Amino acid sequence: MPSAPPRRPGRQLSRRTVLAAGAALAGTAGLASCGTSSGSDVIRLTFWTWAPGIEDVVALWNAQNPDVQVDVSRQDAGDAAVTKLLTAVRAGNGAPDLVQAEYQAITSLVSANAVADISADLAPSTAGHFAEGIWSSVQLQGDSVYAIPQDTGPLQFYYRADIFEQHGLGVPTTWDEYAETARALHSADPSLYLGTFSSTDPGLFMGLAQQAGASWWQIAGDRWKVDVDSEPARRVAEFWGGLVEEGVIARDPMYTPQWNAALNNGTQAGWVSAAWAPGVLAGNAGSTAGSWRMATLPQWEAGETATGNWGGSTTAVTVGSPHRAQAVRFAEWMNTSADGVRALVEKSGVFPADQAGAAEALSAPPEFFADQPDFYELSTSNAEGVRPLTFGPNVNVAYSIFNDAFGTATQRSTAAAFVDALATIQAGTVADLENQGYDLA
Amino acid sequence: MSSTNASTLRRRTDRFGYVFVAPAAVCFLAFLAIPILYALYVSVRREQVVGLGLGEGGRHQEWAGLRNYAQVLADPEFLGSAGRVLLYGLVLVPVMLGLALLFALLLDSKRARLRRIARITIFLPYAVPAVISSLLWGFLYLPGTSPFHFVADALGGSLPDVLSPQLVLLAIANIGIWGGTGFNMVVLYTSLRSVPGELYEAATLDGCSELQIALRVKVPMILPSLIMTCVFSIIATLQVFAEPMLLRPLTSSISTTWSPLMLIYKDAFTENDIYSASAGSVLVALATFVISFGFLRLVRGQAFAQEER
Repeated sequence: MPSAPPRRPGRQLSRRTVLAAGAALAGTAGLASCGTSSGSDVIRLTFWTWAPGIEDVVALWNAQNPDVQVDVSRQDAGDAAVTKLLTAVRAGNGAPDLVQAEYQAITSLVSANAVADISADLAPSTAGHFAEGIWSSVQLQGDSVYAIPQDTGPLQFYYRADIFEQHGLGVPTTWDEYAETARALHSADPSLYLGTFSSTDPGLFMGLAQQAGASWWQIAGDRWKVDVDSEPARRVAEFWGGLVEEGVIARDPMYTPQWNAALNNGTQAGWVSAAWAPGVLAGNAGSTAGSWRMATLPQWEAGETATGNWGGSTTAVTVGSPHRAQAVRFAEWMNTSADGVRALVEKSGVFPADQAGAAEALSAPPEFFADQPDFYELSTSNAEGVRPLTFGPNVNVAYSIFNDAFGTATQRSTAAAFVDALATIQAGTVADLENQGYDLA
Repeated sequence: MSSTNASTLRRRTDRFGYVFVAPAAVCFLAFLAIPILYALYVSVRREQVVGLGLGEGGRHQEWAGLRNYAQVLADPEFLGSAGRVLLYGLVLVPVMLGLALLFALLLDSKRARLRRIARITIFLPYAVPAVISSLLWGFLYLPGTSPFHFVADALGGSLPDVLSPQLVLLAIANIGIWGGTGFNMVVLYTSLRSVPGELYEAATLDGCSELQIALRVKVPMILPSLIMTCVFSIIATLQVFAEPMLLRPLTSSISTTWSPLMLIYKDAFTENDIYSASAGSVLVALATFVISFGFLRLVRGQAFAQEER
């Protein structure tokens, strides 16, 4: 069944009906051989994912596509799912047909020969649904495409409107203004910080470096090039290191009980985060609902609209799947069709990568930002500014060195130490690739 | 006739012996021997990349000899983690066993009251899984959530941040001591209860005070138990993992390679390099053997001479 499955708008079969029909036909082989129905040919796809509410999205597809049924298998988020997938691939069985994969994991998964090049099965229009910067994250080695983007996390600036008003502060539009605001806030009340530098969140730093124009990995011909210690990344490191050195922003990790307490009691009055932040704020600082506002990320040059990504996922098809074409159909439907994308926003609460398809679904703001009606409109325009980025084959290694190198730098609390940390990551990332046998450019 | 019967019976019991041993033998082979052999095999292999290393045929496995071992041993992170764990052990083992011995002697003394409740209270932390206790202590350590810091602030004082790089080792050791003292106390206390009462009577008749009985009679009598708990504690020290792993996200003072097992975990699951991870595991296992047997050899003279006497 290579072509798109027929839709039957008038009569949607439930998954249970189809299952029953399939079972009945299998039970009576004589009937099935009459060829009156293809019910016994139902293709079953397994989908590993951790997105909330995704079962409802998949149920919609299953109702519309009786001959390609998708079974959701719920997984732990992020790295745990990657580890499990790589183990299943190595073991030679147990791998699903489809997997949710974060952008930074794609190259590692391709490198381990876990996810397939789906460029031959893609509809010609699929690429056009996504911003160039996002599409470049799933396209490697020229025209090979290894996943379809699902949601993204364009960086934006979140702040406590009430605290800003109380101290007469304006919303910073450049990083210089951000630094000024951080100083003003902290000197007005030494317990207040505009943000924190978290050495345990390499993904955020990567997004900030991406905004400044860095790409830690590049492909030069048929060789990898590592460019962690680049001018744009040094600029970002020096900026945050400088603020930490001055003591005007905090230097504690995010996602700790202490950080939650600081979000709740207002001592963290701002957060550079992604489009998915409303969910985190609602969960970790529910008492502050209505006090937060979102603005475009501060810029390096006034008037620019650049940003980077923090997190976000894709849907990939595994190498071992016997139904690659059907799996691609499903991934395209979920991430680029009007029905699929609307369901993703409404049922799963993600900020979809397909912004054109999302316009209608994103007309109302998330509940936590009920007082900011243009929340998604602004997020969509922010997402257009995501700069291109290639993730290399050892993002996991670079991120783990980041934790340690910036952990040390944070303890030393000098701008120079922050810049040095980049050199450490560069050296470690290169050494790991060379050790694996890569011939680097 | 009867002799043939007896030998058949013996043969049959022999055969039954194998049946009884079989489940344990199968489990031992499947879950211990074979994985260990496989780890040894994997530790002398490595994976090399071709070109960009993307897609099928992007990498192939090859013989590595002792290269993985050389790499692990030359890795400053590995040596650093070994040094930290050594220091951690030097803090943890004496303090934990010292407290366990003190509590055991106090409970065993004639003047002890509420013995049963005290015993359970001291033992209770051992029943709390390391994951839970690390999270609990994490809350207590973080200045932003700690009631200790709250009280100190309210009184106008201030407490040091125990998660700072200078103190974090003590913070981790404290969790281990809190959780481990009770178990060791019970082992030592049980061993104290089995010391014959005549010895105390004799010592009392000779004019020993309660303290002298404790130091001169009780401690030497339970020396074998003390040595056993010491060996177990050393092994547990080398395997410290859960506490630093769970405190790590809370602070920038704990690196991803704080202890040898964390380094092995990072190699295997973050970097997907099971080859180096296997080499590291074999080295940690070897070190455990050498240190625990070395320790036993060192103290054997005293411990078992006592028993033989």
